[in-house]
Amino acid sequence: MLRTEEMLLNVGPQHPSTHGVLRLIVKIDGEMIVDAEPVIGYLHRGTEKLAEDLNYTQIIPYTDRMDYLSAMTNNYAIVHATEQLMGLEIPERAEYLRVIVMELNRIASHLVWMGTYLLDVGAMSPFLYAFRDREEILNLFNELCGARITYNYMRVGGVKWDAPPGWIEKVGTFVEYMKKQMRDYHALITGNEIFISRTKGVGVYSKELAIQYGLSGANLRVTGIDWDLRKKQPYSIYSRFEFDVPTGKTGDLYDKYLCRMNEVVESLKIIEQAVNQFPEGGSIMGKVPRVLRVPEGEIYVGIESPRGELGCHIVSKGKDKPWRLKFRRPSFYNLQILPVLLKGENISNLVAILGGIDIVLGEVDC
Amino acid sequence: MSHEEQNEKELLKEEKELQPEPSADAKTEKKEGEENNPVKAEPGESDAPVTAKPGLPPKSSVPRAPRAAGAGKARPAAGARPRPAAKKAEKKPEEPSPLQPQLDRFLRLLKDRLGEGAVKEAYINRAGSHIPTLVVDKEHWLSLAQLLKEEESFQFDYLRLLSGVDYETHMEVVYQFYSFAHGHQIAVRVKTGRDEAKVPSVSHLWKAADWNEREAYDLLGIHFENHPNLRRILMPDDWVGHPLRKDYEPLDKEV
Repeated sequence: MLRTEEMLLNVGPQHPSTHGVLRLIVKIDGEMIVDAEPVIGYLHRGTEKLAEDLNYTQIIPYTDRMDYLSAMTNNYAIVHATEQLMGLEIPERAEYLRVIVMELNRIASHLVWMGTYLLDVGAMSPFLYAFRDREEILNLFNELCGARITYNYMRVGGVKWDAPPGWIEKVGTFVEYMKKQMRDYHALITGNEIFISRTKGVGVYSKELAIQYGLSGANLRVTGIDWDLRKKQPYSIYSRFEFDVPTGKTGDLYDKYLCRMNEVVESLKIIEQAVNQFPEGGSIMGKVPRVLRVPEGEIYVGIESPRGELGCHIVSKGKDKPWRLKFRRPSFYNLQILPVLLKGENISNLVAILGGIDIVLGEVDC
Repeated sequence: MSHEEQNEKELLKEEKELQPEPSADAKTEKKEGEENNPVKAEPGESDAPVTAKPGLPPKSSVPRAPRAAGAGKARPAAGARPRPAAKKAEKKPEEPSPLQPQLDRFLRLLKDRLGEGAVKEAYINRAGSHIPTLVVDKEHWLSLAQLLKEEESFQFDYLRLLSGVDYETHMEVVYQFYSFAHGHQIAVRVKTGRDEAKVPSVSHLWKAADWNEREAYDLLGIHFENHPNLRRILMPDDWVGHPLRKDYEPLDKEV
């Protein structure tokens, strides 16, 4: 008679596959996962508390550090919520610049996900290609605002820097380049047998479960629900662009991969249209009072970040600082489902399932 | 820094040119501006444009010019500047919100099922996307939550936000729901006392509430009754106090 007993396995907080400082306490029976408990908070910096002592412009650089793979969308979340509460109008040129950088950032973020995810499941080279292409985007950002990761680019009422001469053309060139690259990626990864056998049919969950856990972004769309805030509750100038919302069919990891890759294609479509429609001249800042006093009130606005619904809940008492600022971080909601997905899985699928959720710990812990 | 200031100064100029408001409006505005003056928080900031740029065109293009020709000419303008935005916001919402009928429908149904007095207040939050908002006391929250989730014509199955707010007089938990079946949304503000902040947990109805309630407990000290696992989630387990409370005293103020 074989003696079996449950064992506790500690994963992280310092572990290359947890994509940051996440700790997992995993209870295993042989190779099967009986239970898993995520322990978070290692990267908690109290952004929401700090924000209560900062004025609205000063908060923007803090948001860069939440989801550090897509700082542009974070910037947008806070300035958009503030603008809505103040009823400001944003100049055309600024709106176009915002959409272009947000979509570029979405591509950069998905490239990082794709590269590191393939590393997780055991493929080295896609990582190198993904980071090479991401570098192109970071160079564009560098030229635009002088930063590669933490941009601090948007302001309440517009953006901080105008596009330097020739920049828009460079973005256009990049779109063409990236379209070509997508073919290479599909040739390299999509049909790969090892990748397919690691991901097909793994980590499946139902629509109902996804909704129960408040999942958003690709994690929700992979179950077949067509839910993209850019389409469903359009903000900025997204209603002007034609694009599709990729959804999955089976809800497994392979579908998630396809979903995100198709999202890159859709983002390229949006950027292409935005580059073509880009207004010649015009201001990049709206008419904004020198001291931003946000009228008393409360607002919640959600936008579509690469990871899902990034929301900003502001309670203002009419001062230049928020009374309460709460971020609805998509990674925080998405990570919650992990124990459910891991239960009963083989330990070798742990990293594949965790990677599929696409979390950023800076955002989970905020 | 200087670059930024310059930018803002230019903005300022543009803004002034762009404000040919009716004189009646301007008068009241000026008054408000004057009232506002003594309590202004940043005198240094508003002084800056005057001293740094004497050539700044005085507010001659604005009807309030004659008074402003005096010594403290930048002051009234600076004080009044945030006002126009607030004013506009007040003026606009005269016509009923397009979502008012929806809210009325919700309220009728709620009254049917929960009786009079369950919903303390209901309004359309006009900031942003006109979300119907309910205000309830914590005593009625659980039955209301159940109804929002399960009633055929509500079916709010998607929890979009759970956020706690310390208003100093009381605590509030704010929920944002969406229904995939009907495509409508609603916000609920649940009020509770401050000293004994207790709200019934809804994590059995929406699993997404689990960690969020733990977060609200951790940072604001709101106890969610019947939560299966109400422990700290972001702060260390042995942390003392709840940082987002307005009366929170940091361990080390220097930091």
